[in-house]
Amino acid sequence: MKTGDLAELGFRNLREAILRNSLTTLGVAVGIASLVAMLSLGVGLQQLAARRISHAGLFDTVVVMPRNNMRGFGRPQAVPTPAAESRPLDDAARQQIQNLPNVVEVYPQIRFVTEVRFNDTPYPTMVAGVPASAREGGLFDGIKGSFFSSADADEAILQIEFAKDLSDQPNTLLGKDIVIRYAERQALPPSSAPAGSPNSSSADPGAGFSIVPKDRKLKIVGIVESEPAAGVGGIGNGRVLIPLAVAETLRPAQANDLRDILRGSDTKPGYASLTVRAKGPSQVQALEDRIKSMGFATFSLLDATRNLQLFFAVFDLLLLIFGSLALAVATLGIVNTLVMAILERRREIGVLKALGAADADVRQPFFFEAGIMGLLGGFFGVGLGWFIGRAVTVGTNIYLKRQNLPPANVFSVPWWLVLGAIAFGVGASLIAGIYPATRAARLDPVEALRYE
Amino acid sequence: MTNENGVAIHVNNVSRHYQMGTALIRAVDGVTLSVNTGEFLAMLGSSGSGKSTLLNLMAGLDRPTAGAIVAQSKNLSELSSLDLARYRSKTVGMVFQSFNLLPRMTLEENVELPLRLAEVDRGERAARVTEALTRVHLDKRLGHRPAQLSGGEQQRAALARALVNRPAILFADEPTGNLDSATGEEIMQLLSEIQKTLGMTIVMVTHERPLAERFANRIASLADGKLVSDGVRQ
Repeated sequence: MKTGDLAELGFRNLREAILRNSLTTLGVAVGIASLVAMLSLGVGLQQLAARRISHAGLFDTVVVMPRNNMRGFGRPQAVPTPAAESRPLDDAARQQIQNLPNVVEVYPQIRFVTEVRFNDTPYPTMVAGVPASAREGGLFDGIKGSFFSSADADEAILQIEFAKDLSDQPNTLLGKDIVIRYAERQALPPSSAPAGSPNSSSADPGAGFSIVPKDRKLKIVGIVESEPAAGVGGIGNGRVLIPLAVAETLRPAQANDLRDILRGSDTKPGYASLTVRAKGPSQVQALEDRIKSMGFATFSLLDATRNLQLFFAVFDLLLLIFGSLALAVATLGIVNTLVMAILERRREIGVLKALGAADADVRQPFFFEAGIMGLLGGFFGVGLGWFIGRAVTVGTNIYLKRQNLPPANVFSVPWWLVLGAIAFGVGASLIAGIYPATRAARLDPVEALRYE
Repeated sequence: MTNENGVAIHVNNVSRHYQMGTALIRAVDGVTLSVNTGEFLAMLGSSGSGKSTLLNLMAGLDRPTAGAIVAQSKNLSELSSLDLARYRSKTVGMVFQSFNLLPRMTLEENVELPLRLAEVDRGERAARVTEALTRVHLDKRLGHRPAQLSGGEQQRAALARALVNRPAILFADEPTGNLDSATGEEIMQLLSEIQKTLGMTIVMVTHERPLAERFANRIASLADGKLVSDGVRQ
């Protein structure tokens, strides 16, 4: 039979038992909806986690430290690289790393304890330098006020909890000034080195540094709801965020300064650590290896990322299995419907065979009907699944709002899922049609013609 | 469309046996029969004599347990399922006692069905359907469904459906069995007319001897699956 005739016959058969076929199609739709809803939840949660981690700079960030920093304090020992000697993490090293391929930017992690004065009241807190690129990463989405007007503006962004410490109405802080009091590190000239110090007697010209208290007035331009980053990105735990360029000009004394003095290093300021952002997560491993070969210790969450991906792969698989159960039940419905159709059309099949229908001519309309039920069920199912997803998202966001948490999109229906679910529905329906279609094709025409 | 010697279909020592539990049913048992091209053969016999089984075997709806049925130089028992379907589609037409029109289709669609199965071009179908329905005087009832027709009209429509693919042999299984005598006679006249005008070979199963004697060229009788008489009428 030609395709057009087959389609016409198939549609006619579907129309003949429209209620039964509609209910069967609805069953497939519910099965597909269950599948779509489950997988959308998995994809949505995965994207949510990826977004959060990506915003925190976990995926594409390598933290670089002098090799000796990684020793002790209960931290894992860095594997020594015989080919490369340990070297200071200074401006030259920063420039060298910046010139490596696939490096987007290199910036130091500047974080120091300070005292913020507001309305003549001191508030001890942590200040962190924020690179201008942080704005693009989505860390400051939902900020009240604005991001820094320029890379070296004397401006500050407050974390909401700290802002609440300053005022009961945090939003009124925007545009007001705070003063930060910090300890500036000033290098001492070699002649001023204390007599008998280890440095003075060595060939090393370094003589240490002095600490000078300084003030800096900053204008509050923004307040962020959540902590912009927690960890590798370099600005975690910062309650007052200032432009990184400003933080660098402050030359604040940091924990590693004392350590450097005790180790006898020169007065040339080194970095406790540098944050290196790669072009993408796929470049992180190669970049880490390259930096290690330069004599530095590195740290990234690449392995954590891999574990996360593995977790979501298993999670999605489980959701797929549970989602498919409803579809499996629906395919049994298709088998039932088509077997009923064989019983009803038994005599008709006999007539068709007597008129010259080959086995394929009898088989194909059943496949066609199963395929159409799968296709329509797939379309409706995707729509229903999407609707369920939206409803769950709305419900989740209402709950999150009551918990004073920011809204989150926990559902995502990507195009591959839409097309895949429809294809899966059609495929499952065609498989369900194999038994009835084969049974119909094998009917003995003489027996079928005798059937009343 | 016929064998070389003018035989439309040759049945050679054909048997069709069924196993029913422990009993072996010999529905057709060693029948040998030749039907010439253009001949109108009526097969008579009581119920269970094997006449319908033999008709089904000749029409390619069933396969013999033993023996050969040769039509168009092909042994039907050796044909594949697909080739047997082609034989039913292109070489033979069938008319049944209970008409077997599809109730959900119109008359036109019912008659068009064999053309669809034979993959005849859509453009050609309408003319062929009209031609077949005109031959049975139903060309004004194209859009009617079987339930809207009388028994005689339904059988005429079934006849049109059997003729639409222009078969070489027409098999009719008790075509008057569900009709009153007057309507049955009309159908028989139509069959006779078709045989004469188209030169078509007709093999008909019936248990109505008077009708067979009036319209058929030849009468074969079966009893207990065997051919008991075979005579050409003058």
